[in-house]
Amino acid sequence: MLTIKNLHASIEGTPILRGINLEVKAGEVHAIMGPNGSGKSTLASVLAGREEYEVTEGEVTFKGKDLLDLAPEDRAREGVFLAFQYPVEIPGVSSTNFLRTAINQVREYRGLEALDAVKFLTMMKEKMKLVEIDQKLLSRSLNEGFSGGEKKRNEIFQMAMLEPTLSILDETDSGLDIDALRIVSNGVNQLKSKDNATIVVTHYQRLLDYIVPDYVHVLYKGRIVKSGTKELALELEEKGYDWIKEAIDSEATV
Amino acid sequence: MSKDNQILEELTSKEYEHGWSVNFEADEAPIGLNEEIIRWISAKKEEPEWLLEWRLKAFKTWQSMTEPTWANVTYPKIDLQSLRYYSAPKQNNKPKSLDEVDPELLQIYERLGINLNEQKKLQGIAVDAVLDSVSVATTFKGTLSKLGIVFCSFSEAVKEHPELVKKYLGSVVPMTDNYYAALNSAVFSDGSFCYIPKGVRCPMELSTYFRINAANTGQFERTLIVAEDEAYVSYLEGCTAPQRDENQLHAAVVEIYAAKNAEVKYSTVQNWFPGDKNGKGGIYNFVTKRGICAGDHSKISWTQVETGSAVTWKYPSCILKGDHSIGEFYSVAVTNNYQQADTGTKMIHIGKNTKSRIVSKGISAGKSQNSYRGQVQVMKRADNARNFSQCDSLLMGDRCGAHTFPYIDINNSSAKVEHEATTSKIGEDQLFYCNQRGISTEDAVALIVNGYAKEVLNQLPMEFAVEAQKLLALTLEGSVG
Repeated sequence: MLTIKNLHASIEGTPILRGINLEVKAGEVHAIMGPNGSGKSTLASVLAGREEYEVTEGEVTFKGKDLLDLAPEDRAREGVFLAFQYPVEIPGVSSTNFLRTAINQVREYRGLEALDAVKFLTMMKEKMKLVEIDQKLLSRSLNEGFSGGEKKRNEIFQMAMLEPTLSILDETDSGLDIDALRIVSNGVNQLKSKDNATIVVTHYQRLLDYIVPDYVHVLYKGRIVKSGTKELALELEEKGYDWIKEAIDSEATV
Repeated sequence: MSKDNQILEELTSKEYEHGWSVNFEADEAPIGLNEEIIRWISAKKEEPEWLLEWRLKAFKTWQSMTEPTWANVTYPKIDLQSLRYYSAPKQNNKPKSLDEVDPELLQIYERLGINLNEQKKLQGIAVDAVLDSVSVATTFKGTLSKLGIVFCSFSEAVKEHPELVKKYLGSVVPMTDNYYAALNSAVFSDGSFCYIPKGVRCPMELSTYFRINAANTGQFERTLIVAEDEAYVSYLEGCTAPQRDENQLHAAVVEIYAAKNAEVKYSTVQNWFPGDKNGKGGIYNFVTKRGICAGDHSKISWTQVETGSAVTWKYPSCILKGDHSIGEFYSVAVTNNYQQADTGTKMIHIGKNTKSRIVSKGISAGKSQNSYRGQVQVMKRADNARNFSQCDSLLMGDRCGAHTFPYIDINNSSAKVEHEATTSKIGEDQLFYCNQRGISTEDAVALIVNGYAKEVLNQLPMEFAVEAQKLLALTLEGSVG
């Protein structure tokens, strides 16, 4: 589904990603872990098409298409979803109105008819249960005055509504208490299918107790320096990142 | 080029939708401004002697006045002698009813989306259509007159209801009020007149649609709305003009009189030609609008959506004379390219327990300048006056300006005046967030701007609100990449 080859990206001339290789197949869950500043969130942003990042080398194909060639909105319409680490507030625009605009633009791109109000609301009611989100929250201005947990739940709710093929969760666990973490993870797990894939970007192993990954990758200094199964995450939890850092840094100095 | 700038470039390349003009035979005054021209206009309109005297007196005063320069706008000096002060489509016989109006004129309005055919027209809105210097048609006059409501062109009101016109003309905006109001008083050609008798709630929205068609002609219309005790009316005003390279002057005066327990809602969607993307052409919109809450418990509410004009200079105001009277001002002003707007309101608290509310939302894009200028004045006897003002500015790109000039003048210690102001930018973060959900940048801008202006748009009558939303999106289309 997603193939990343030798991906290099920089921001304002500073290289952040220095040759990422990754293959994600349908039905898989990949966790990207790593110390602060290793490039985890940059990878998520580059895949979604954030403009501040310049891709200097490498290629990314998504469902056979050159992903880097697509505008951010077209990547979304092709089925790439990014759950933001810091969801943005849009005053005066209700979540409902926002989502309806989004869904209908995605549908238009795919040659589908716009959803009428009744169908849209029926769908909303159904998906709301997944993340235990209150309808009142959805009629308020998007993310304005939402608590950290409400914002993250709203991200997963949007994901449920947009039914993406590739979901990238960028530090979705940050700022969540244990209950919210459970609810959010529960939502993500219910959305999992053999046809879609998930990339979970996280600093802590905690989230991976709930969303169990098939693969775990450690990102350090812009490269994937170690890959493994979910046991790797447990090892990291126990030993921290220093042993990996040391191994890589000593290699580099040789 | 940054993303913001790209978006702006695209937005600004959008064409003005109503830029066309129509050729028809016109009845025109000679170019220039002098006493003769004023006599010519007055004679053309077969006006009574007192009105001619009134005009001439205004003209004399005007001659001794100088153009105000305090507004935060710059434009080359207007040569008032090179303008034409009257231009009207030639109609052979004065049409007595809508059926007799030249279909070609009706077509102009149809093209603007204003249907003057009463049968086809949606129920609920009566329209007075003003083209250049004259009113060409007014709908639903019959229906309204059964309730004692007078809704007609100003010229007609002078003929049919001279006592009302004489009583209220200049009573809210004196002819000597300011440079452009004095000029308007001298040369005004037409406009709308509306009178709601005691105890009557006007059952439909009344509206005037102003259209400038002729080149090189100034439009000077005058609107007078009188609501007697316990009366209610909601009034709408729309305006467009053809796209021309020269600037054109529009200097209108609107007066509103609200008696005891009366309520008047006045809504404007101003979409005069704003000039092209290089700042060439466009309307100079120098307008004086004022209402007086003369009676106790009366209420006047101004709502404006300002998207057009090259230069706007406009402060719809309320004089809160009656005890417990209420004044409201809701405004969205959008400027793009080289547009300049200096707009706001004045709330003058005279009566006791008077309340005013100001909500102003400025949106600047391109290289435009957008200023809010507002005054809250509480007089000595105005015990327990309350004011709440909120002035927000939204910037798009980094080449435009937003300015706020609040003036507060309190002469009574029991007054409570609150002022809140915010300035924000449409962030790349907001746009990216929308994009990431599959929303195109243009639609994202429309969504964000409409959300920002929601509180004001909610004040507009339903049909108008939808139009205004579209207009906001259109004005800013392409402003973000």
